[in-house]
Amino acid sequence: MGMAKWEDAVGAIGLILLGVGHYMGLFIAPKEAMMGDVGRILYVHVPVAWISMLSFLVAFVAALGYFFRGTTTWDALMESAVEVGVVLTSLLLALGSLWARPTWGVWWDWDPRLTTAAVMLLAFLGVTALRRLVDGPEQRATWSAVATVVAFVNVPIVYFSVKWWRSLHQTQSSPKTVDPGMVTSLRVCAFAVLFIAIFFIARRWRIAKTRLENELAPPEALLDSEEA
Amino acid sequence: MSATARITAGVVAVVVAAAALGYIAYGGIGENLVYYWSPTELVQAGPRAFGPIIRLGGLVKQGTVEWNKEANFIAFQVTDGKEQVKVENTGAPTQMFREGIGVVVEGTFSTDGVFRSNRLMVKHSNEYRAPQDGVPVEELYKTMEEEVNR
Repeated sequence: MGMAKWEDAVGAIGLILLGVGHYMGLFIAPKEAMMGDVGRILYVHVPVAWISMLSFLVAFVAALGYFFRGTTTWDALMESAVEVGVVLTSLLLALGSLWARPTWGVWWDWDPRLTTAAVMLLAFLGVTALRRLVDGPEQRATWSAVATVVAFVNVPIVYFSVKWWRSLHQTQSSPKTVDPGMVTSLRVCAFAVLFIAIFFIARRWRIAKTRLENELAPPEALLDSEEA
Repeated sequence: MSATARITAGVVAVVVAAAALGYIAYGGIGENLVYYWSPTELVQAGPRAFGPIIRLGGLVKQGTVEWNKEANFIAFQVTDGKEQVKVENTGAPTQMFREGIGVVVEGTFSTDGVFRSNRLMVKHSNEYRAPQDGVPVEELYKTMEEEVNR
């Protein structure tokens, strides 16, 4: 607490972009020809999908960083990025489900994209559970880094699932397949979610780092109170 | 834990992850796990397709949609451009349903050559387009209803 951190500025910009992007997406961008207003889910579902995968990529890099350096900084970054990725993936599935009911006619189906995304969420939830189960800080860091690297296999599988297998979910959109009036709103919303995710990863990383450092070397004040 | 043990764990993790990804990407898993059958595959499978609950996917063939409003029943042909299969679905589809659109239906293929389904899912493509000039979205939905009710 106390002094403002660099991520506060990033988070503030993210919130402003989120407001601007949602205004553009809801009021300026055109309706979708087939889906009408339902198509506006594009501006939240797609950014959340991109940034959830990016968060898991940060967790993967942090796991590799821990293997080579063995420092609490990398371990804390891994913990933080996995948690932010889990929250974003949960949001991704909820938003997709809301869109699926009026468009596909069902809330959920076990198509390759939805199934692999659900498995990805469960795998990273497993990483967070593992961190709660292991008491020794070094074992916890190493084991959860192994689990993070293995869970990360899901990320390319989710991305390519719509190309590798027949699915109900559509393949990736690109500026060629999205109306120019919608692309700008999508870009602004994507940067908004990116900046907000950076804020949460950085803030959660600070908290995790402080907690890990205290765990490894309890502050003197705590030692005194234990003796008394 | 020593640095050597930690780095060894890292190398093992990366090798296991790369092998798993390689197996899924190039191991031919997709040939055994198929989310839906195409009309051609269904017709070729013949009697082997009769009975179990399966999914059929393709485009709704132009001019084949019949809607029985009282019985809440819709019939149409699903095509992949080569073969077509007649589908009878109970229940109303979403407003996205129209001729020429992609669908995935879940049900059983009968010996009379009709695919009876009670779960109709309408695919959306990766295209997001603004409505055409002067045609409000409500009008598009109206014409779609007219097409279905023909």
